[in-house]
Amino acid sequence: MKQLLILSGKGGTGKTTIASAFIKLADAKAYADCDVDAPNLHLITGWNAEPAKTDYYGLPKAEINPELCTQCDQCRQNCRFDAISINEKYVVDPFACEGCGVCAYVCPVEAIAMIPAVAGELMLYSDGEKAFSTAQLKMGSGTSGMLVTEVKKQMKSAAVDAGLAIIDGSPGIGCPVIASLSGVDMVLIVAEPSVSGISDMERIINTAAKFGTKTAICINKYDTNIENTKKIEEFCKKQGLPLIGNIPFDSNAVKAINNGQTIVDIDCASGAATKKVYHKTMNLLFEKGGD
Amino acid sequence: MTIAVLSGKGGTGKTLVSVNLAATAKTSIYIDCDVEEPNGHLFFLPEGVQEEEISVKIPKVDNELCNGCRKCVDFCKFNALAYIKNKLIVFDEVCHSCGGCIVVCPEKALTEKEKFIGKVQKGTSGQVTVYTGILNTGEASGIPIIKKLLAEENMEENKQVFIDCPPGSACIVMESIKDADYCILVAEPTLFGVHNLGMVYELVKLFNKSFGVVLNKCLEEENPAEKFCLEKNIKILGRIPFDTKLGTLNSNAEIAVNKDEKYRDMFSSLMKTVAKEVRCNETTTNP
Repeated sequence: MKQLLILSGKGGTGKTTIASAFIKLADAKAYADCDVDAPNLHLITGWNAEPAKTDYYGLPKAEINPELCTQCDQCRQNCRFDAISINEKYVVDPFACEGCGVCAYVCPVEAIAMIPAVAGELMLYSDGEKAFSTAQLKMGSGTSGMLVTEVKKQMKSAAVDAGLAIIDGSPGIGCPVIASLSGVDMVLIVAEPSVSGISDMERIINTAAKFGTKTAICINKYDTNIENTKKIEEFCKKQGLPLIGNIPFDSNAVKAINNGQTIVDIDCASGAATKKVYHKTMNLLFEKGGD
Repeated sequence: MTIAVLSGKGGTGKTLVSVNLAATAKTSIYIDCDVEEPNGHLFFLPEGVQEEEISVKIPKVDNELCNGCRKCVDFCKFNALAYIKNKLIVFDEVCHSCGGCIVVCPEKALTEKEKFIGKVQKGTSGQVTVYTGILNTGEASGIPIIKKLLAEENMEENKQVFIDCPPGSACIVMESIKDADYCILVAEPTLFGVHNLGMVYELVKLFNKSFGVVLNKCLEEENPAEKFCLEKNIKILGRIPFDTKLGTLNSNAEIAVNKDEKYRDMFSSLMKTVAKEVRCNETTTNP
């Protein structure tokens, strides 16, 4: 299975819009939304049936039994996450607790138990032919990287025979992005011609390079700032990175999305440009000796 | 007064709103907590920048003392340690710095060393103090940087503080809004925007924060984000129209309120509304 991951660094540059168009164009048998913090791909991929849902357990959370607790303060002193406070009795803040288990280990009277905690929900849409794996992290939860890994695992096991997988990533460069990068064959970066967008693009390119992942770039809304588009083009040339297409700003794109359609479902300029980017991406992804 | 600006979805205009509000408030503090992709400094171009490296503690093995008991390997919930070919190996990137391995090692073979994960910069731009957190590429978590950014010593009294949050609704956002007195949710009028607005709406409610919504990129057409606010009875603080000139200024990292009176008026009036809301919420302790 060849896996294509779509990233951007900056949020809102058009990852999901482009991922959904690619899924449509490829008639993809396997795809996933790894933006578990703010998943959106399910809104426009046209599945009517309810997904199969599984609770995702992150690391357990510490709980202090006040009847056993002798208030020796060992747990509070050893907690690196400031998760334990004294409020008449010793209590754990479940949002701050990372589940490391140090408090339970140092407690001399075994007053602390590690209780399993649901950190999110995995969802799998599948009809025997296609599989779409996605998830929703619980509010304020902290194990998004691990959930991303589960989303990809779920996709792969549900569509073992698929030759191509398209993965929509999350913004940023941190743990969910790093987790989504592992094992993919190529990254397509959706850049935006703004000063912020260029700065963020450079950071995500550096991150992908650290993992040695093959990278290509396309510029979305390229005509909103031609000067910055030129800067991105020059940057790519200098770095020897393939810039595989420019997609224009298109008010029809917003209309399509708001109707639950992809931009290649309607006849529009952004859809036509995305088709070209798609073909170039596939050529790069499947090129011989490209591994 | 500390105001956090968040959105769930990326690219809805968090930086636009927080930068322009901070510039409108004049003597204010702007803190960029989007440490994975910080952009506020590109607008403010702060001067006199002082830099502080931020580090976390990770374990260091003394192979002379390690007897291969693997207690640390078994204890580590993050799989950051492995004993391979008679040697203990630490995977720095996945270490959460909980210190558990050091506590459990019976041979005292593990100590801690500092590992740099990024930096905090402080500078000034006019009367705005600008704090920027920058996570090094390849690092997983920027939370220690955010903790440093929001440390009390950075909060000067009688100054408005604006926190530019990261996208999403995970731990990193929670950490950014923890001490905020008020939250501004920035929403764009798309299906995606509304879905993610719904998520941060749940988040601010969960943490019992007072909040209101700024509708960005408003068009003449029906606005699904506005509809959401009306249905949920959420205070709409202001509307920023979809505007090519504003878009161009913003994409060139210009601070709109310093460039055009029209935008100065728009953000001043938004600032007034926000201040009024904050005062209201202060008098009614339970929003």
